[in-house]
Amino acid sequence: MTNKTEILKDISNRKLNITRAFNAPVEKVWRAWTEAEQLDKWWAPRPWRAITKTMDFTEGGHWLYCMAGPNGEKAWCKVSFQTIEPGKNFVADANFCNEEGAIDANFPTMTWDNRFLSTDTGSKVEITLSFANEDDLEKIVQMGFKEGFSMGLENLDELLEA
Amino acid sequence: MRRDIFQAIADPTRRAILALLAIHAMTPNALAEHFNTSRQAVSKHIQILAECEAVTQKQNGREIYYHVNADKMKEVDKWLDTFRKIWEDRFDQLDNVLKDL
Repeated sequence: MTNKTEILKDISNRKLNITRAFNAPVEKVWRAWTEAEQLDKWWAPRPWRAITKTMDFTEGGHWLYCMAGPNGEKAWCKVSFQTIEPGKNFVADANFCNEEGAIDANFPTMTWDNRFLSTDTGSKVEITLSFANEDDLEKIVQMGFKEGFSMGLENLDELLEA
Repeated sequence: MRRDIFQAIADPTRRAILALLAIHAMTPNALAEHFNTSRQAVSKHIQILAECEAVTQKQNGREIYYHVNADKMKEVDKWLDTFRKIWEDRFDQLDNVLKDL
């Protein structure tokens, strides 16, 4: 059974809400979201791969990783953990950066608020993605997703058609 | 300068204009009455919306009426579809990771 991904846009509040159920206990889902070894297996949409350089899952700590594309391209990302409530919730700021983790101020900061809930059938994750400024949602669309990741998806389509 | 639908919706006044036009077509003067800013400021926003093709204009007698361009607004949903695909793909991969954990 595949669980449905629900996405609600709240453009006037510069927010996107994503909800997804999992047929696994919340403890496992929490691990998959917070351990580098697990994140590297699923975080990047195929054919991209996530490769962790450093991971310090503590309040004030960072996850530095890159998204490696099928043609050798690399996009470095830094996730800065703000608050952590083990097994339940974490809030983090995500930025594009260089290989050393120096944040690229040309790109907007995206704030993640991830809530992990136990349900009758397993668990549920509720994600709120928010952007600080009016223009940021647009910028992330232009740079982060639209060109970067959808390019990845187009490559995937090509692979599937080949 | 780049003009696209995301620029159209990036500004709160422009979103408010689109929300009003979604109810019914309006003249620039009728639109301006809904805002505390100057008519010039409102017309500037309308001009940007027109350049982004978020609105279209129709002449009715001596008046120009602005309409929402529904097809263009669907581009936002198209982007969301891409965004959804990314997340669905990610979560399907996560399902596999969870099986092995």
